[in-house]
Amino acid sequence: MHVVYPAVLAALLFSIGVYGVLARRNTILVLMSVELMLNAVNLNLVAFDVWLGDALHGGQGLTLFVIVIAAAELGVGLAIVLAVFRNRRTVAVDRLHALAEPGDDPDGSGDPDGPGGSDDPDGTQDSGGPGARPARPRGGAV
Amino acid sequence: MTATGLWPPTAQEVVLLLLGVVAAASALLVVTTRQIVHAALWLVVSFGALAGCYLVLTAEFVAWVQVLIYVGAVVVLLLFGIMLTRAPIGPSADLNSGNKVMAAIVALATAAVLVTTVVDGFRQAYAPLVPGRGAAKALGAGIFRNWVLPFEALSVLLLAALIGAIVISRTDIGGKD
Repeated sequence: MHVVYPAVLAALLFSIGVYGVLARRNTILVLMSVELMLNAVNLNLVAFDVWLGDALHGGQGLTLFVIVIAAAELGVGLAIVLAVFRNRRTVAVDRLHALAEPGDDPDGSGDPDGPGGSDDPDGTQDSGGPGARPARPRGGAV
Repeated sequence: MTATGLWPPTAQEVVLLLLGVVAAASALLVVTTRQIVHAALWLVVSFGALAGCYLVLTAEFVAWVQVLIYVGAVVVLLLFGIMLTRAPIGPSADLNSGNKVMAAIVALATAAVLVTTVVDGFRQAYAPLVPGRGAAKALGAGIFRNWVLPFEALSVLLLAALIGAIVISRTDIGGKD
């Protein structure tokens, strides 16, 4: 078995994963693309373990560790996605560009769960508290 | 078996190439399909084909772990996530963000650089396939003899991830307000 074949396949899978991470809007699809990239790495690890003939089985052991870590990462990632969905009613990554929570004003004047609440049209309320964040300059807020 | 030329491929390499074509094509469908549930199902095909690649590479234990964890657990978890975020079942037009062209350019550049480097660097590399190298016995001996400490650290990490996921997703645990 030439090492080139699995290595090139892993490179292609990694590139497909890069495209998915960059082009997808839904957060769950982004997580799927991350899994594709991790699988490309796993294929590389297995191929080079077979090539080197490692007596310690470092490559395949690391593959198992990567699989377990990917499962843990996906669990925490999906929990975060669900928490974000509960608060913002959306999982589109390009709509989640507010650093503060919608109802995080110190005087409590914001609506906590409005639809699309990540876009606060008036960025003037959040100044004066101890945990105040400066309003970002934002052109053309929808 | 000694190292031969890259072409023609041996029977094992033909099988790996076919499985690789399936894996890459279904991965491409995962990132381009317009139905989010179909993306998860194409992910099953991609992971299954990758498990076949592991089998061809004599990493049989890794292949079964791949089937169990990725095809079994991860995809089910993703489907639960799709269901809980109330994703539409039919085709939806807004699955791609606006930077699709730039993403394609970056991905093509990554693929070009990686494939060029890999082909240039490992053109002569030849791995003889020894059956049973990746069996559960050999791999278990390797993990529990040489990699015990990372294994134990991994169990702590799994526990931490479990607790973290529960704490994040429960609503009746408030912050320190």
